[in-house]
Amino acid sequence: MITHDLIIIMPELLLFVGAMGLLMFGVFTPPHNALMISRGAIVLLIAAMLAVALQNGGELKAFNNGFVADSFTAFMKILTFSAVILSLIMSHNFMRQEKIERFEYPILALLAAVGMAIMISANDLIALYMGLELQSLALYVMASINRESGRATEAGLKYFVLGALSSGILLYGASLIYGFTGTVNFSELAQIAISSHDNIDIGLIFGLVFLMAGFAFKISAVPFHMWTPDVYEGAPTPVTGFFAAAPKVAAMALFMRAIIITFPQAVDAWQQIIIFLSIASMALGAFAAIGQTNIKRLMAYSSIGHMGFALVGFAAIGAQGVTGVIIYITLYVIMTLGTFACILSMRSEQGMVEQIDDLAGLSRTQPFMAFCLASLMFSLAGIPPLAGFFAKFYVFRAAIDSQLYLLALLGVLASVVAAYYYLRIVKIMYLDEPKDEVNLPMPRELKIISAIASFMMILFFFYPIPLIEISQTAANALLSNLPPEFGIMPSGK
Amino acid sequence: MFDWPILSTIIFLPALGAIFILLIRGEEEVIMRNARAVALWTMLVTFILSLLMLFRFDSASTDFQFVERFNWLGGGIDYALGVDGISVLFVILVTSLMPLCILASWESVTQRVREYMVAFLILETLILGVFCALDIVLFYLFFESGLIPMFLIIGIWGGARRVYASFKFFLYTLLGSVFMLLAVLYMYWQAGTSFIPDLMAHDFTAPAQTWLWLAFFASFAVKLPMWPVHTWLPDAHVEAPTAGSVILAGVLLKMGGYGFLRFSLPMFPLASAMFADFVFVLSVIAIIYASLVAFAQEDMKKLIAYSSVAHMGFVTIGIFAFNQQGVQGAIFQMLSHGWVSAALFLCVGVVYDRLHTREISAYGGLASRMPVYATIFMLFTLANTGLPGTSGFVGEFLPIIGVFQVNTWVAVLAATGIILSACYALSLYRRVSFGTLDNEALRSVTDMNLREIAVLFLPIAATLIFGFWPMPILDLTAASVENLLSLYHNALLTR
Repeated sequence: MITHDLIIIMPELLLFVGAMGLLMFGVFTPPHNALMISRGAIVLLIAAMLAVALQNGGELKAFNNGFVADSFTAFMKILTFSAVILSLIMSHNFMRQEKIERFEYPILALLAAVGMAIMISANDLIALYMGLELQSLALYVMASINRESGRATEAGLKYFVLGALSSGILLYGASLIYGFTGTVNFSELAQIAISSHDNIDIGLIFGLVFLMAGFAFKISAVPFHMWTPDVYEGAPTPVTGFFAAAPKVAAMALFMRAIIITFPQAVDAWQQIIIFLSIASMALGAFAAIGQTNIKRLMAYSSIGHMGFALVGFAAIGAQGVTGVIIYITLYVIMTLGTFACILSMRSEQGMVEQIDDLAGLSRTQPFMAFCLASLMFSLAGIPPLAGFFAKFYVFRAAIDSQLYLLALLGVLASVVAAYYYLRIVKIMYLDEPKDEVNLPMPRELKIISAIASFMMILFFFYPIPLIEISQTAANALLSNLPPEFGIMPSGK
Repeated sequence: MFDWPILSTIIFLPALGAIFILLIRGEEEVIMRNARAVALWTMLVTFILSLLMLFRFDSASTDFQFVERFNWLGGGIDYALGVDGISVLFVILVTSLMPLCILASWESVTQRVREYMVAFLILETLILGVFCALDIVLFYLFFESGLIPMFLIIGIWGGARRVYASFKFFLYTLLGSVFMLLAVLYMYWQAGTSFIPDLMAHDFTAPAQTWLWLAFFASFAVKLPMWPVHTWLPDAHVEAPTAGSVILAGVLLKMGGYGFLRFSLPMFPLASAMFADFVFVLSVIAIIYASLVAFAQEDMKKLIAYSSVAHMGFVTIGIFAFNQQGVQGAIFQMLSHGWVSAALFLCVGVVYDRLHTREISAYGGLASRMPVYATIFMLFTLANTGLPGTSGFVGEFLPIIGVFQVNTWVAVLAATGIILSACYALSLYRRVSFGTLDNEALRSVTDMNLREIAVLFLPIAATLIFGFWPMPILDLTAASVENLLSLYHNALLTR
């Protein structure tokens, strides 16, 4: 039996053993080999992606149903690993320039990737917590990887203290759930739901709420978003790019599995919480970003807003909703990574610049970078025909199908407000006189990444079907875990 | 009828031209010259192709023609294109005005020419998509995506307050259209299809129709624009470069009127009937109020912008009269206003290129220095006031006849708008062309050159020909409008 289980966790095992190997290699060889270790990490991640892809055949469960692998987890893991790979590639140049090339960085990223993979596959509360903590601890350290910088260490400390608090809340919620039901396994929890016949224990509801508070912190949904702007601004830029992409995918995947699949009987209880989180995040993301001058801080508020939009699909439940969330999060990751590739290219001879005004007149000095960033901004704003529009289209479609009209209305209004600040970046690049602050050319790998991201956003219009179909398959795989009594059934429209 | 997808070809040919321009390499001067040439030729070929399509168009049929339909987003949301008697002429309007824009900015635009041409080519693709889309999601996509190139055109090549104007334009129209997005999603959910002919056949419940009608109205009223949501238009017009104003007045405004005809009337007949009086009130206010405001303007472009608001009032009156004359008149007025207002903005552009001011008081006595200009400008001024013999007359007369059968008071009040339009248009003409030549700079001014006359040739021909002989246009639209109205009246009767 144990070999069967080990085969199922092969991708995670591969990453973990590989990370340990690379750690030993880094410790016992002379310094200045950070780049090599980073490349090794990328190779490992690609291997893990292949392992995930090869495994993709029906639903597999390991460790007494504590760990699950199906096409939903496969898609989410591939997305997460790709985001980690791209973040690592994007960091090379920055780390070298800022002289903080440390071999620990790629290893921490690998460990975070293991944590994220476990989060995505977790099917009981124990696995959930282990994955979450492994990921979080790696991220805390990554935030302050530049230990000489006051801002970075402050960011790391803030992230750690608030993260520990949220983990505590989450753990308390998990203990309540275990105490009131006697099980930690998601499938068994769902079975208990069927027998309860709407008589839901109040203790279980309390546990659920605490659990959700913990998840909301991880995806930085309002009102658990306080850490985001400070951490995004303080952490080294490649780390910020990392934070904005991969962990969000994992946390959202975990959030959906742990809530939709595990507590179908309490839909009425948690749906209103999701709706509140969604509205609050969209509104704050839209309004708070208007006054920002630092582009990393702006991206922090932007990511809060985008999580709010993704939660619109979550609130709609059902196959449409989950499909919408998957499409949203996929396109969000691509847009975010492309944008951070541009932000990492904001270099002058004096070093990195981070102010939005430094982009003034970029369309004349660096037309290609300006074009990529502008198309990504329009896409983030959700203006058709760019891909960001389709992301919003699918979540709002799910909301309308579930008759959440008010949520959809507030959502589109928030998207208009948010369009203002994305437009402001375009205005600064295209309408203002050049200030020539960003005067070094884009590094080649960043140029390639931002170009691919922006062309994907532009050309998505012509061939959208593959992503939509994959997302539908993944959503149906997730929802097939649901006991058929609950009407929230996979549907194929 | 056609083996190859002619509509897709027409729509995406300009985008191909844009890609081609982006690939041009070389000296600044070479890029500039080639970008202009590529843009002009692409648009001319598109124009010829669209004429070819018009030639093959069967005006007796009420069906959508040249239909293309492919799976696009799955779940019944298709890439579907087609034209009928209502939309086919707008396609021609777009393809004919676009080359004029390029010609008009041949010498006046010298900054970032490559980007300018790309923006116009992309804009043409997106606007053509709006008029050809047969899928409501595809329609929405094209309808809203036109904002991006237009934002850049106003913002980069515009006047002093261009940033304010471009933001106002973008956010105003975006806010209007997001309501339509929700309505589109609701309709898709209710009807299970997003194919426009199927949606026309679908019966939405009366309460749903009310909400959907209001959501679409929010979008189209801003786009058209109707009073009181017209305030973005004067700002956008004043700050936009000449060619931008031409497209804005000539084509973009028509998307609102087209939307009413394509969606509001056939899909929500009950709500349309219910809100008709509401639309009449807004339109009459627009006609009288905007005319009076136009009378008080000191800026030539602003004056024409307000006159556009007034003229669009006739369009909405005609559409919501729900009879043959009214609706056909509305379509005619949209087309006529398309070339007349475009030509007026081109005329302003001609003198603006020489004096770099739009203040009316800076001009006077131009008739003696620029006789050709004064003649052409007079023709369009008179067309703007609706003088018989010009297309403006037909466009204002038909909606008034139409609405007279429905509501006499609306017709009477709308007719006062014609008198008011004579007031502001003729006074504009008098102050610019007649009087004494006071401004020193005007003494050395030269008359229009051949390029400028060539640009205006097509609008002149259209104004005069269709002013005397409007039947070709009315024949083309007759069958489709008849079909639209019979569907509408049947829907009212069965309830």
